[in-house]
Amino acid sequence: MNDYLVNLLLILISAAFINNVILSQFLGICPFLGISNKIKSAVGMGLAVIFVITTASILCSLVFQYILSPMELEYLQTIVFIIVIAALVQFVEMVVKKFSPTLYDALGVYLPLITTNCAVLGVALLNVENGFDLVESIVNGFASALGFTISIILMAGIRERMAYNNIPKTFKGFPITLVTATLMAMAFYGFAGLV
Amino acid sequence: MNKYLERLVNGLFKENPTFVLMLGMCPTLAVTTSAINGVGMGLSTAVVLVASNVIIAALRKFIPNTVRMPYFIVVVASMVTIVQLLLQAYVPSVNEALGIYIPLIVVNCIIFGRVEAYAAKNKVGLSLFDGIGMGLGFTIALVLIGSFRELLGAGTIFNFRVMPESFEPIAMFIKPPGAFLVLAMLTALQNKFKLPSATNGSAKASALACGGDCASCSGETYAANHAANLEKPNKDKDLRKED
Repeated sequence: MNDYLVNLLLILISAAFINNVILSQFLGICPFLGISNKIKSAVGMGLAVIFVITTASILCSLVFQYILSPMELEYLQTIVFIIVIAALVQFVEMVVKKFSPTLYDALGVYLPLITTNCAVLGVALLNVENGFDLVESIVNGFASALGFTISIILMAGIRERMAYNNIPKTFKGFPITLVTATLMAMAFYGFAGLV
Repeated sequence: MNKYLERLVNGLFKENPTFVLMLGMCPTLAVTTSAINGVGMGLSTAVVLVASNVIIAALRKFIPNTVRMPYFIVVVASMVTIVQLLLQAYVPSVNEALGIYIPLIVVNCIIFGRVEAYAAKNKVGLSLFDGIGMGLGFTIALVLIGSFRELLGAGTIFNFRVMPESFEPIAMFIKPPGAFLVLAMLTALQNKFKLPSATNGSAKASALACGGDCASCSGETYAANHAANLEKPNKDKDLRKED
């Protein structure tokens, strides 16, 4: 039991820092570059992503273990996962809209964007590839999304300050954001070999 | 120009998905650690794009508009699965190197972008050539970025030694930070060519690439160019008068 908990902790640290979804696996670059202007929207996006990736990890893991695997339909995983994720995002959007308008105001605009976020599908596929069971998948999903949230909030914080800096015109916008991402990726590369 | 040829040129240059439209950044950054990976990823994406474009274009009159997205998802995901199975069977080394980025072609915005914006509204033949053009444009971009990173990060291109033995590879370029840095420089260059500069015509000072901020510019040449440029509008006026 103890070994299992240690294993979960290692998955958590590894997914959130060492194999950070954005800075070392390059999943979900579009929202990372697009919605990191302000800390407030970065937090909103981060929370929405944590919610969706964790839920998607649970569902995809269940579907794989109890439907695809027993029926030997593993090769259908890409199709099934993307449908599950698209349906999940739609469903979450409807439920949140109906029952919690305040939460919908905070997350609403980010939810549709998440379907096409490759981090969601990527994490679901990684769970299967690494042979994670249900609990490990949940931990991995949550930690990956946490890693995403940490990086997007850090990036938004830096960009808010950078708005006041005198940046060469050629580097304004995307280029300077990518240079910042380079430095962040280097810093996160320092975590390599931690586990 | 022939309209089929025009589609090819459009995908390769005018609307190159990577360099001009900046779509599909995740695979662009993730798999370009070497030129050969760029070829593998580019061609796999191209095959998926061509097949999806043709199928969607052929079915475009039968797909109800309100539920077109689920249709597109299923078609694209099926094509990706077929490509993945083919890679596993015939070129397992490529499949191994690209890992989860092959199934992730499903969520590549280039595919959905083309299917939604082009194939859903145009004939099969044109959609076929649009897919080929865009796919090849993406492949060429990935190979270029991959070659560049491999050259600096390992001193080779397509595993052939290019740099002299004394060259110390800059390992960072084949690591994640290198991907971001290369893309940063690429987008900066793109901005540089798009923005009017002090040397290409009579741009207004505020529209210049350097911001017309000559006080903080240490390059005297640029200052001289800029000064010459400020006089230009008058010259242009004089010329027009002579006409």
